[in-house]
Amino acid sequence: MPILALSNISKRFGALTANDDISLALNEGEVLALLGENGAGKSTLMNILFGNYVADAGTVTLFGDPLPPGKPQIALQRGLGMVHQHFTLADNLSVLDNVLLGAERLTALRSARAAALAKLNVLAQQFGLAVSPDALVRTLSVGERQRVEILKTLYRGAKILILDEPTSVLTPLEVTQLFDTLKKLVAQGLSIIFISHKLDEVLAISHRVAVLRGGRLVHVGHTRDATKTSLATLMVGSEVARPIRNPSAQPSLAPRIKLSQICAAGTEEHASRVPLREISLTVSSGEIVAIAGVSGNGQALLADVLFGMVTPSSGTLAVHTQKPIARIHEDRQHVGVVGDLSVWENAVLPSLRASRFTKWGWLKRAAARAHASALVAQFDVRLRSVAQPIRTLSGGNVQKLVLGRALDGAPDVIIAAQPTWGLDVGAVSFVHAQLLSARARGAAVVLISEDLEEVFALADRIAVMVDGRLSAAFPVDQWSMQSIGLAMAGESAAHAA
Amino acid sequence: MEYLALLADQELWVAVLRIATPLVFGTLGVLLCERAGVLNLGIEGIMVAGAFTGWLTVYAGGHLWLGVLIAAATGAALGALHALLVVRLPLSQHVAGLGITLFATSLSYFAYRVSFPKVDSPPKIDAFAPLTHLLIPILNEQTAMTVLAFACVPALWWLLYKTPLGLALRAAGESPQAVEAQGIDVVRLRIGAVIAGSALMGVAGAFLTLSAFNSFFFNMVNGRGWICIALIVFASWRPGKAMLGALLFAFFDAAQLRLQQTGGSALPYQIYLMLPYVLSIVALVLVARKATYPQELMQPYIKGQR
Amino acid sequence: MRLEARAHESFWANCAAALAAVVFTLAICAVLIVWAKANVWSAYQAIFDGAFGSRFAITETLTRATPLIFTGLAAAIAFRARLFNIGAEGQLYAGAIAAVAISMWLTNEAGELLVSKWLVFPAMLIASALAGALLLLVPAWLKLKYRVDEVVTTLLLNFIALLFVSLLLDGAMKDATAMGWPQSPALHADLEFSKLIARARLHSGLLLAIALAVALALVIQFTRFGLYVRAVGANARAARFAGIQSTRTLLLVAALSGACAGLAGVSEVAGRTGYVTLDMSPGYGYSGIVIAMLAGLHPIGVVVAAIFVGAAIVGADAMSRAVNVPTYIADVIVAVTLLSILVAAFFAKMRVVWR
Repeated sequence: MPILALSNISKRFGALTANDDISLALNEGEVLALLGENGAGKSTLMNILFGNYVADAGTVTLFGDPLPPGKPQIALQRGLGMVHQHFTLADNLSVLDNVLLGAERLTALRSARAAALAKLNVLAQQFGLAVSPDALVRTLSVGERQRVEILKTLYRGAKILILDEPTSVLTPLEVTQLFDTLKKLVAQGLSIIFISHKLDEVLAISHRVAVLRGGRLVHVGHTRDATKTSLATLMVGSEVARPIRNPSAQPSLAPRIKLSQICAAGTEEHASRVPLREISLTVSSGEIVAIAGVSGNGQALLADVLFGMVTPSSGTLAVHTQKPIARIHEDRQHVGVVGDLSVWENAVLPSLRASRFTKWGWLKRAAARAHASALVAQFDVRLRSVAQPIRTLSGGNVQKLVLGRALDGAPDVIIAAQPTWGLDVGAVSFVHAQLLSARARGAAVVLISEDLEEVFALADRIAVMVDGRLSAAFPVDQWSMQSIGLAMAGESAAHAA
Repeated sequence: MEYLALLADQELWVAVLRIATPLVFGTLGVLLCERAGVLNLGIEGIMVAGAFTGWLTVYAGGHLWLGVLIAAATGAALGALHALLVVRLPLSQHVAGLGITLFATSLSYFAYRVSFPKVDSPPKIDAFAPLTHLLIPILNEQTAMTVLAFACVPALWWLLYKTPLGLALRAAGESPQAVEAQGIDVVRLRIGAVIAGSALMGVAGAFLTLSAFNSFFFNMVNGRGWICIALIVFASWRPGKAMLGALLFAFFDAAQLRLQQTGGSALPYQIYLMLPYVLSIVALVLVARKATYPQELMQPYIKGQR
Repeated sequence: MRLEARAHESFWANCAAALAAVVFTLAICAVLIVWAKANVWSAYQAIFDGAFGSRFAITETLTRATPLIFTGLAAAIAFRARLFNIGAEGQLYAGAIAAVAISMWLTNEAGELLVSKWLVFPAMLIASALAGALLLLVPAWLKLKYRVDEVVTTLLLNFIALLFVSLLLDGAMKDATAMGWPQSPALHADLEFSKLIARARLHSGLLLAIALAVALALVIQFTRFGLYVRAVGANARAARFAGIQSTRTLLLVAALSGACAGLAGVSEVAGRTGYVTLDMSPGYGYSGIVIAMLAGLHPIGVVVAAIFVGAAIVGADAMSRAVNVPTYIADVIVAVTLLSILVAAFFAKMRVVWR
């Protein structure tokens, strides 16, 4: 008898079928992995389960009773807890405040804080989730915040825990700690749904695995019967051709970027506030150097320094190019483009200083629109008109335009941060091919990425960034998954060559 | 020396408390709204409306406290309208607030003129009497509304920091996603906060007609609402500091009034009148960088969006 | 209930929304008119006749609209860049005082201009624009440098500016002949704006206002600076990322916005009153914000909205004399129109999904 059963769940958003007749069950004391690519329908399914969305069809049964749709409070009361991929914590409140939020009747005249504190300490002991209750959440590391999220659900008596991509923000060391915690939870009778698109983790932690593809459930089975290859094929559907690097293209000896001993402090725009500590890096013409590492370790600040938006406090920075530096920002929707402006206005916005699109301060609208149309055609951006606001485009199409805009004019230096985040498979290989062809014609590319597969597929050399420090950039064949994992966890750059 | 004499003057401190009272009510109202994440520039108009309806109630024969209640209800109703516009629909909080101010002010003036078409001197009521039986100097010259205002400060502090509702309220202005994830309805919470805060603003207005003066006249609010909006930044959104800010502002206002009356000053009276405003700006400059704004102030919350 | 952006913005949906807002406003105000014991139809007729019923009425409406166009433009350009300038009232007075100061400074004892009026006149306009600009540059600078919320500072500066004017009218700029009434000496007659029509108050300030509106519309839509303003307003971070110097853009916007409001001051002094008093503006600065919002922040729309608001004020004045409904109905009309246009425009852009 499963403790949780989803029966025939369907959900459509406009023309998109996010969930198509999905039935799935969870047994007591097991870890069920929910595997699938971005957009496979994992998050939608969990949001329906949790009551954030209402399904078009289908029912949810929890501990034998039907769960009323669209009522997150009831899901919470009945012992369902969810840890979202993007944490739902209030940064300026203390850990205890965050745990207490919503746990008491809102009409109560007084919060039972002392009792809550005792209960929290017991839970923290029991499951090895040490945090300081009075600390403000904004002072905590990412791993600690995740612990607070898990504690929140346990405090409210969750019996079933849903973890949405819990490792995407963690270092390998923190992942190990998380897995230890999950094993303790399961040993004490909790059940876990573990949502991921990372095969190794799924194989390591889960008892059973369910695979979603394009909104349909394509596989459910025991993890021990699965292999990495079988799961990968199920998840993607068919083998995807990855772009092949042209091995004949050799990096020249002409350095384009030379950083030495750079120190810089983050501004309020850099959420992580990690300063750069004595960073040295050289990138030459015709090579891709990847900066691997978990986001929030200073990558955004490094990109801003390279781009000239932040002045380093010490060290020397030299970028040798006559052309503007091309930059692809990791937050394409909010920083990469101005959503309310039209596609053509966004296409020319960074190049208005030059006389190509302006005369005496007036816009050459015809030239700008023609340029935008050419970019749209060349980079296969799907849209109705270059005059439509760019916010009406899909993420993949925005990224293609951003890429086209950045690569226009054959830049010598390219800084690409998480260029394929959240894109579908087709768009990913398109972006990769473009970066490789830029390399082939002699551009120096800095690729900032969390996606190790991407890093190994594209980079000539890899450096790892942890806590504002950058390791030396060694050639790609001197790194292994294991050594890079150690480096990302902050083990000194004594990499296994 | 004249300044020292001024400080020793009991009348000055009586005036400070009197001038501070509407500011305390108003600033606490702003605090409630902004802690939940909503800017309410309707305050100026809500104070006018509260002053008018409170006064009208008493003029029509109602009890003084009924007048206060009606003023609170008026504020609550206008707050509900503001909340409908900026919480239920995510419209611009600046513009909707200014719209509410214009609406409430003009409607009050219109209603006053319709009700009293041909009066030269504004009709008077019997306002709140000073609490003379208290026998505590300074305080015995205040009315019950002043006591109420200062009692609201610890009450609001308790609400915000000691109750589950207060925690949810603060979180709604910090991270509505966190609140919603715990199954609490952010929209209802914010609407509630705006309504309650606006009710306090209504009471702030009523103090003017029911306690400070005994009639309603045009321009009587005269920017006090805007002062509250400035004071809350100065107060870093904390009830205790809000009270302090109101007292400080009132002190400068009272001091300039005294100096003007005694004529003991060489400076033109406008300089003294300007002082509180100039000092407000200076205070803002000093605290603005350090101020921990409610993170989601002025950010509309739309369910399912981050 | 959920709200979704419409994929296409429909012109007809926008028209229907505006119409719905007007009908709603008329209905609300009809209730108020009935309350004032007047006939709704004749009251509305009186408003319309008072605003547009005769050549004189039209000139009065346009005279009223003139300062409102200036302050409306001030708000529209600033709000476009998300610089919330609530201080147009103070900037208007700064412009008015600057105009009179120039006139006093360049006039000799005998009441003659020291230099040609062809030099003094543009100097007066520039001084007014500069005075308004300066008064907004201070809060804009405080916002950029110290992160002080400009809503609060511009609001407070209104009070400071008005007290400063009061100080001047009591002292340095006191009109000795006004028998203690706080007003400034009169502007030199040669500096006054020409009248547009005989026996009416309508003056060439209106032409200046319209020209300014057209110029701003062109700048916003067709120049690089205009595109920068729109980009900074829509998303300041993305604009900076695209290489736009947002600080410079915002300071320029502040200067432009303050200058527009300052010109409202000189237009009133040189076109209508002839001198500065403490009640020369019945809140034109605040009305400007309402007008800018009614106009959807579009400069040409500002002209239309300002005429609408001017007509409401002038018409309500006439109506109150004819059918005895208090003139405050004009402000109620404007406020209700603003709020209902806000809501209506929202629903023209979004649709409600009931789920």
